[in-house]
This record gives sequence, C-alpha cells and structure tokens, in this order.
Amino acid sequence: MTAKANTERRDPAVPAIELKGISKSFGPVQANKDISIRVMPGTIHGIIGENGAGKSTLMSILYGFYRADKGEIFINGQKTEIPDSQAAIAAGIGMVFQHFKLVENFTVLENIILGAEDGGLLGPSLSKARKSLIELEKEYGLKVDPDAVIEEIGVGKQQRVEILKALYRQAEILILDEPTGVLTPAEADQLFRILGRLREEGKTIILITHKLREIMEITDTVSVMRRGEMTATVKTSETNPEQLAELMVGRKVLLRVDKQPAKVGKPILEIENLRVIDETGVERVKGIDLTVRAGEILGIAGVAGNGQSELLEVLGGMRPATGTIRINGQPLILEGTGSDGQSRRAQGIAHVPEDRQREGLIMDFHAWENVAFGYHHDAKYQANGLFMNNAALRADTEAKMKKFDVRPPDPWLAAKNFSGGNQQKIVVAREIERNPDLLLVGQPTRGVDIGAIEFIHNEIVALRDEGKAILLVSVELDEIFSLADRIAVMFDGQIMGERMPDATDEKELGLLMAGVAGEAA
Amino acid sequence: MDFLTIIQVLDSTIRLSTPLLLACLAGLFSERAGIFDIGLEGKMLAAAFFSAAIAAVTGSVWLGLLAGTVASLVLSGLHGLASITFRGNQLISGVAINFLAAGMTVLVAQDWFQQGGRTPSLIGGGRFSPLTLPFAEALRDVPLLGPIYYELISGHSILVYVAFLCVPATWWVLYRTRFGLRLRAVGENPAAVDTAGVSVVGMRYAAVAICGLLCGIAGAYLATALQAGFVKDMTAGRGYIALAALIFAKWRPWQSMGACLLFGLLQAVALRYQNIQLGDFVIPVQVMDALPYILTVVILAGFVGKAIPPRAGGEPYVKER
Repeated sequence: MTAKANTERRDPAVPAIELKGISKSFGPVQANKDISIRVMPGTIHGIIGENGAGKSTLMSILYGFYRADKGEIFINGQKTEIPDSQAAIAAGIGMVFQHFKLVENFTVLENIILGAEDGGLLGPSLSKARKSLIELEKEYGLKVDPDAVIEEIGVGKQQRVEILKALYRQAEILILDEPTGVLTPAEADQLFRILGRLREEGKTIILITHKLREIMEITDTVSVMRRGEMTATVKTSETNPEQLAELMVGRKVLLRVDKQPAKVGKPILEIENLRVIDETGVERVKGIDLTVRAGEILGIAGVAGNGQSELLEVLGGMRPATGTIRINGQPLILEGTGSDGQSRRAQGIAHVPEDRQREGLIMDFHAWENVAFGYHHDAKYQANGLFMNNAALRADTEAKMKKFDVRPPDPWLAAKNFSGGNQQKIVVAREIERNPDLLLVGQPTRGVDIGAIEFIHNEIVALRDEGKAILLVSVELDEIFSLADRIAVMFDGQIMGERMPDATDEKELGLLMAGVAGEAA
Repeated sequence: MDFLTIIQVLDSTIRLSTPLLLACLAGLFSERAGIFDIGLEGKMLAAAFFSAAIAAVTGSVWLGLLAGTVASLVLSGLHGLASITFRGNQLISGVAINFLAAGMTVLVAQDWFQQGGRTPSLIGGGRFSPLTLPFAEALRDVPLLGPIYYELISGHSILVYVAFLCVPATWWVLYRTRFGLRLRAVGENPAAVDTAGVSVVGMRYAAVAICGLLCGIAGAYLATALQAGFVKDMTAGRGYIALAALIFAKWRPWQSMGACLLFGLLQAVALRYQNIQLGDFVIPVQVMDALPYILTVVILAGFVGKAIPPRAGGEPYVKER
C-alpha cells in the first residue's frame, strides 16, 4: 500500500475523518461527551480549547492510545476500529505529540524506523529509510541529517523528525498536539509552511492548540471544545479571535491586558556586569546590565536557553554569580552564605519560578503546605517556638484561594491534583501576597488556560500599579507585548537590545532573539 | 613469577570470569530494556542449587542445566510480574528475590539431601567436563603458543565458550537487529515504542526472560562446572559484582567482557596468593579474599566516570493521560 494508491482511492466528497458520538470517562471525570466531528480531506482542521477541555483525549482516542466508551470512527468513509496505535498507523493516521516520543540517544534514522522496520535485521530498513528520507525532503522540504543524534539537534528539528516518522509510515492524516509550544516564532512559521505544503499534497491535518493566532493563520475549519464538549465547528474565514475565545471560555475574554501607562519611580533592581558560569563551566550570562524601576514591568524576551533562566535563578537565590546586583540600593550577596532564597525573600524579592512543578511546588504536598513554602518562618504561621500553627496556615490558604479564584478552593488537595492554571495561581498567590518590592516572574502562563492567563496577568499589572518592580521572563512574545512596559531581548547570555513595546514589532524582536543585532540598543 | 604461573592465573581468570560475564550480560539485557535487576544474585543461586540437585539425582548435567535455567526463569517471571505487570518497585522486587533464593535453596537442599544445606558432590556425568580443543595435545609442547592454547584456551567446560560467544552475540542482537533496536528504545523512552505501535510490556518481558536464561546458565556453571555441587550462598556476591561490572562497562557488551575479566583476575589472584609474606608481616588470607570486593568499590567510586544508565530504567511504564 503506497501513499499514492491511498490518494487515488479517496473521494474528495467523503470526510477523511468522521467521529460520531465519542464519549470517554476517566473515573468520575467525563473527558469527552458525545463528540462528533467531520474533517474533509486536504484541509487543516483546528481544535481549540482550554487545558483540560478534552482535546488531547479526543486525539488520543483517534490514535488508539485510549479506547472510547461510546462512539464510532470512520476513516475515508470506512468504519474503523482503533484499539491500539498499531491500528491507527495502519489506518494512515500519524500523530505528533506535544512531548515528543523520540529516543534521545538514537539517531534520526533509528527513530524513524523504530516500530516500522522491514525485517529482523536493521541494515536493510536503515538504507530504505535513508532513501525515503531523501524523497520526503524533496517533496516537503523537510530537511534533517539522518545520522544526527536526537539530543544534539534543536526542538524544531526534533519536531520534523516526528513529522517524518508519520510520513514514513504513509500517514495520510496527521495530528499535531500543541506543536508550537516549544518553537521560536521563526520555527513556528517554518512549521506552518511545511503544514501548508502537506495540505497541498492532499494530506489531512488536525491541529490542536490553545493559541488563537495559529488557528486564524493556518486552519480551514475550526472546532471549539469546552469541558469535554464540542461547542462549535465553524469555517475559520467566518469567525474571529474574540468569538473563538468566548466560545472556549464560555464568557467574554479580554485578549489584551487593559492597563494604564506605567508610573515609573526610582530604580528598585540594578544589575551591573552580571556573569554566571554554570556547573559544567559554560558561561550562561555574559556580563549584563539591567535596571528595573518601581511601577514598571520589564519583560525579557528570548528563545529558551539563552540565559534568562540563569538570570532568574541568580536573583531568586538559586545560583551563584559574579558582578553587582543592588535592590533598593543595597547590594545582594551573590555567593555563599546569605545568597540563598531565604535571604532574597528577606530583602523583598518574591519569585514565581519558570518551572512551577519542580521549583514552585511540591506536587505531592497539600495546597496549604505549598502556600507556606519559603515563608514558613513567618511569625503568623508559628504557634510557639517549636510548632507551626497549621490551622492558621490553612485559614490563610483558604482566604488566598478565594481571592485568587483557585478551583477547587480546597486546602487539603495535593498540588498535583490541580490543573496547570490553578497550580500557577497558588504560586502567584503565595508570592504576590507577600507584597514584595521586586517580583520575579518566569513563564507565568506556560501551560495555563486562557481564563487563568487573564487573571494572572491582571494580578501582575495590579502589583505594578502599587508601585512594585516586576521582572518578567517569557518565551511567549504575545505575553511580553501585552504585559511589558519595556522589553529587553536576551540572546546567548547577553542583552541584544531594549525596546519600548509600542516602538517595535514581533519581526524586530524575532531578529534580536535570533542574535541579529538591530540599530544601537 | 614465571610464565606458567601467569598462564595458570589467567586460566583461572577465565574460569572465574565466566559466571560474572553471564550474569553481567543477563543484567545488560534487562537493564537496557529499563528493568533494573538487583536479583541477579538470587537467580544465580537458585539456578546453582536446582542444577546441582537435579544433576545429582539424575546423573545428567544437561538435565541439571535445564532445571537451573527453569528455576532462574521462574524468578525472572516473578520479577517481571512485580515490576512490569504490577508496576512495583524494581529494587524491592530484586531484593526480595535474593532473600527468597538464599533461604529457599538451603531449606530445600536440607529437606532433599540432609547434608547440611548442600547437595551431594557431583561425579561423572553430573558435571560439565573440560573440553579439549582440536590439536591441543599436539601443540602442547610448542613454546609460548603451546601453553597458551593448551592451558588458557583449551580445557574449559562448554559453558565457558558459550559465555564468551554470548558477547559478540549480544552486541549483534543489540545493535544489528530489530529486536535490539526496540529493546534499547524501550529502556530509553518506552512512550516512543508504545506510540510506534510496539508492545512495551512484551519487549520488557522478553528482556527479562533472556536475563533469566543467562542467569540460569551462570548459576548452573557455578555448581556443575566451576565446582562440584551446591553449597550455601555459593554465589558469594557474584551477582552484585556483575552489576558493578555492568555499570563499569556503561551497559555495553564488549566493555562488559573487559570489566568481568578484570574482576575475574582479581578473584584469581586472591585465590592463588592466599598468604603473602612481606618480611615479617603476613597478609592474612581474609584480606586477599576481600580484595576483589574492596577493589570493586574503589573502581566504581573512582574510575567509572559518569555512567548514565538507560533513561527509563527503574520506572514502570504508565501511559500518561
């Protein structure tokens, strides 16, 4: 069975994929409720919805990762049972997961043939795959070095390998789950060009995302999911981002943060010639100077891994450095005793870390325990010299959960049982409620749904309006544009330049992020 | 030290390396598939007992080998059941198997043979006898090459040759076959194997079964070739030394052979030089016996460098939601 035969057999009037009445529950949680959908061949169909709306579950059913409790699947008009991934592959379905399913220390070629080998010996399969990679490269412009080891190539390339894996298995239907989450704007554009090319060749593509811009940019039709149900399916050309956002969240949403111009005061944070050398001896931050003033949000844009994380970690007391940092005019200790997180907090710095699950929370601990971290020495949490006042802590947690709209507002729930957005609200509540002079925020809305993004953004802006200084690190340019009062771009451990948000655009920032220097910074 | 002594120590190195090598390759298959196996020791011990017991009763070493292998496979199955099917903790399962084997072998031995937890000494067909390779006798008197061929290469039991042939075989399976590719993948990222439509559970059970088979041969070798019968705790930590060798070799077949030969050499030296006289001071035999174990610690602590185990090792595979 070749790809060509498939294409010829297909009738353009018959949907490539048709789902009828799909339902799926995990215990008491109904992830998908009676979902029906039709996707025509040679189109790109977007599925949009908040985290936990059931998008990924639906696609996992289509790819045979889960079995639906009820409902039918038709592929090219044929009723198809998909009990496992093998069956999905046989039906011509390929999937590119959000977290790539690649073996990191294998070569590109080995990853491509894994599970699709032609016989007991590897030799013939490898040479066949090598040939077909050359053809696929010609056909779709998907260029990768077949002998490169996965862990040594960038995420953009890794994603291409995932797409190639699907195409090598003769996939006619390609599902991509949040494909741009890890990509730079340029890489995302490249991906969309590839998807466009695949559509021209007659492939059917399902794109799962929570980014409205991507839906508007590339899809032909779009379905909106909310709380396990499909709330609408529309032609992309007949809708707009505001309408889609409303369908997703179930109420009107402000896509832009509504904020007053900043009232900038005296410098709170001053950084001079900061250098960071990591455990492996690599210089991650190469002598940067930055100032953040009271009442402003300084946004640091950049592709992940260009020193922003290290900068945050130094300021948060998680990593030693050299240079000078002053907060309210007082120098910070950058190495040894007095450079830890506890001391930083005592000096008025609060920190919402980039990776909330590893650095912001202990996932197995209750919400009320998590709310105390870093502040457990506070007098109000102490019963006497020996014991903590857990009752006071729980009451405090409950109050914070109400104020920050954490759902469900149950202090006894373990952190891992909250959705990503609600986990982040717990961290943000803990840090903002200390009324810090400087708030460090790393990727505040990574993996957070639209409703919660709006809430968290508003809280950050409210803190700014109280005259606090905020240092925001984000790889999402949208977020930088909507929050920052001033933007600094980091590349390779250096500040490539500073821009005012109304005097620049995504294209200019994208160039700076790629290390192409603009006019004098 | 004369030439013949060196040859004899090296000859003994080969014999002592064999059980280590078999166990090490057993561990390699299991751990490359992501199942940590601290129970190599227990499986070898069970195999040693059952091979000796059945060989003693039937007089056939081949039936003994079969029985030992089956016993080891049963324990492997148990480990697989605990760590693959029921997603339990692999270290705990392995330790449990070691305890089970240590207790059960002595108990059953006492019940069957009433010889204080031993099996009767194996004689004749109950033991693997040395094979004399072709031309060994003829070449015996050729200077240099003669003794090397006659003493060192020829004159081992068949299981020694099997063990050393397993090294290239393991390399070939691991790096040149579909099975090996999937095995390595399942130890690094089982989700990649699962989404490619290959059964993670199936691959892991296959790996654990190979591990059981090789441990079975290792145990049978101990009781029916290296020695003539089973005695209590006769594995004497070889399963752990094999694990140490595996880490030293960074989970690679040829390097495993090198590491096992090194540990075998240490054991051979300790065996040959029991009381070493240094002037008035005599190094006691216990020190020599402890030497291989002490050096194991030293080598692991100092010379391994960064050993990265298979990334999914020790983790039960659960489909994420």
